[in-house]
Amino acid sequence: MTGTYAHATGFYAGDRPRIVTSRFEHADSFTLERYLATGGYQGLRAALSRPSNDVHDEVKKATVLGRGGAGFPAGTKWGLTPDGVFPRYLVVNGDESEPGTYKDRLLMERDPHQLIEGCVIACYAAGLSQCFLYIRGEMAQAQERVAAALNEAYAAGYVGKNILGSKFSVDVVLHWGAGAYVVGEETALIESLEGNRGMPRLKPPFFPAAIGLYGKPTIVNNVETLANLPWILTNGADAYTAIGTTTSPGTRMVAVSGHVKRPGVYEIINGTTTFRDLIYGDDFCQGIRDGNELKAFVPGGGSAPWFTPDQLDIPFEGPQAGAAGSMLGSGAIMVMDNTTDIPAAALTLTRFYAHESCGKCTPCREGGTWLERILRRVVDGKGTDADLQQLIEVGTSICPGDFPHASSTRLGLTAVPFPYKMTTICFVGPSAYTPVHSALTLFPEEFEARVTKRTHIPVTAVGVGE
Amino acid sequence: MSRLSDANVAIAKEIISRYPRPKSALIPLLHLSQEQNGYITNEAMAHLAELVDVTSAEVYGTASFYEMFKFEPVGKYVINICGTLSCALMGSEELMHRAEHKLGIKAGGTTADGLITLEHAECQAACTEAPCLQVNYRYRFRVTPADVDSLVDDLRAGKLSDEIPAHGTLAKVRQHIPADRGVGVVAPEAATTAPSWFDGKAAL
Ligand SMILES: Cc1cc2nc3c(=O)[nH]c(=O)nc-3n(C[C@H](O)[C@H](O)[C@H](O)COP(=O)(O)O)c2cc1C
Ligand code: SF4
Ligand code: FES
Repeated sequence: MTGTYAHATGFYAGDRPRIVTSRFEHADSFTLERYLATGGYQGLRAALSRPSNDVHDEVKKATVLGRGGAGFPAGTKWGLTPDGVFPRYLVVNGDESEPGTYKDRLLMERDPHQLIEGCVIACYAAGLSQCFLYIRGEMAQAQERVAAALNEAYAAGYVGKNILGSKFSVDVVLHWGAGAYVVGEETALIESLEGNRGMPRLKPPFFPAAIGLYGKPTIVNNVETLANLPWILTNGADAYTAIGTTTSPGTRMVAVSGHVKRPGVYEIINGTTTFRDLIYGDDFCQGIRDGNELKAFVPGGGSAPWFTPDQLDIPFEGPQAGAAGSMLGSGAIMVMDNTTDIPAAALTLTRFYAHESCGKCTPCREGGTWLERILRRVVDGKGTDADLQQLIEVGTSICPGDFPHASSTRLGLTAVPFPYKMTTICFVGPSAYTPVHSALTLFPEEFEARVTKRTHIPVTAVGVGE
Repeated sequence: MSRLSDANVAIAKEIISRYPRPKSALIPLLHLSQEQNGYITNEAMAHLAELVDVTSAEVYGTASFYEMFKFEPVGKYVINICGTLSCALMGSEELMHRAEHKLGIKAGGTTADGLITLEHAECQAACTEAPCLQVNYRYRFRVTPADVDSLVDDLRAGKLSDEIPAHGTLAKVRQHIPADRGVGVVAPEAATTAPSWFDGKAAL
């Protein structure tokens, strides 16, 4: 057991370009002294030497895809604030809680100054007047490191009034949550920051860039997204786009967990690394533990439809994972070997989303609980085949219509890319069904073996709507 | 006495001053209150309501939405064992059984001496270090059942009191913006024109 916080726990550098994790080996990577000794705040200096719109253009040119889940380019998002409407705010999403995801916490604990520098650059580029950095409540150490770094940065003139002696001034305010997964959704994050229950707002029409915090234009960006900015302003967008692919430039952080030999967090080249590289590569997870076989994996956080071994050669790239019926989400792969009890594995995820429902939409509030209860019955060996039918019925009432398939070829069904057709405000509702759906369509025999009075598993009912 | 102490009122006022609207400070202030008392009392909520100028009902409305706020006393140490997929794959259920056995309580309960509360938790953003747990939101990684036993023994023997503050304390460092360095709040209704530095010219 690792007693106190071990040094950059579970991070493996390898021999790859590093944009956001370059300081992780240093034991004191979180201090201002180390940051300055390793190129820190150079990107900010470069940015402030140019007009704001120039800096904004540079970030647009770099095409920094949002790392919080949706993959929307940051520079484009900044351009969506309505002309002439002020003040504009920046809200930093450090609420990391999607099952499987572990990167933002590492970035906040190990390199808080890099994040702070990214925040200040974003404010300058997009004309944002105040920044709120929202850290998940359960992350005591991240809160501590960011607080200490902010105190250092204020004292040294990198944040606050007249930054670097210039005419540019902005405050970065540390804020912390109190335990609610759905608050990671950007409109719920804003509600929470206003001191309310963290329930998502209906959007459209109120996208935060137009109507956000206190009803004003608000940019919400993920921690990792912003952590890329200092490097881009120091080295230029061209250097950034030289790494990765045209549609997915740069690098991104990926956490691989579960039944692999070397679970860990890796900064990978965007777009080209395949799931096979990540799970089997010597430089990555080095294969499945104990000489076992791979059974299935969740490719992009608990909300993502599952993949099977025949999909290992898909690159870790948004559009390609989408075409195969899933998504990369927040950069989290969870690996299951042949010893895995599939219905029980699905239950842990369904329970998560059912438990985290904010209760605003009936299909999510009621449906999630139903799914959990029925699945629990099946896992406990007390289910019937009618329960399986009901899982599908409840699921399709949460997200009706054609459903993306983790392994479309196996079932001869057409894969439909995200997003789902939804009856709910946010993604939590559908996410309660995703694991059930993946498990049931990919491994029907495991459910069959679990229920009594088996007749057939109604997998064909899936994908043809209600 | 569960109103904030004078020292904590000073901290609360500093926190409130950083937000354009006082109610935004509510969650940090609830944490401050929980840090002082170990849990959230009605009297505390009434005091916070005064401080941020809302009703007690609004304070409770917000507080009750969030998992971390406790409305009844809990142990000095709250152990949260993660049970989401990555941890479940690596044996978290066994850890929970071991903890329940060792402590003689079920998940959700508190030991008779009031020292330890045991809870089921969801993904703690440490999935590569599974199975994991937190004690008052401080991590333990790659935990074995034997580790659970020694953790409980150490907590009982008071060996971890330096590393792990009593339930309610999160970060041990607070943000402080020096008066001469801070910009101050940017109020939504007051600052309706572009900030002066946003003028199309380089700032430096
Ligand atoms: C239920 C739900 C939970 C989410 N949780 C997070 C989260 O923990 N962190 C995060 O950055 N984004 C999360 N998102 C995505 C945010 O809504 C938002 O898209 C993102 O923060 C934008 O930042 P980016 O453009 O830099 O990725 C979540 C979305 C949903 C629907
Ligand atoms: S889908 Fe669920 S979590 Fe999302 S807004 Fe509706 S009830 Fe809340
Ligand atoms: S599943 Fe346990 S930390 Fe993520």
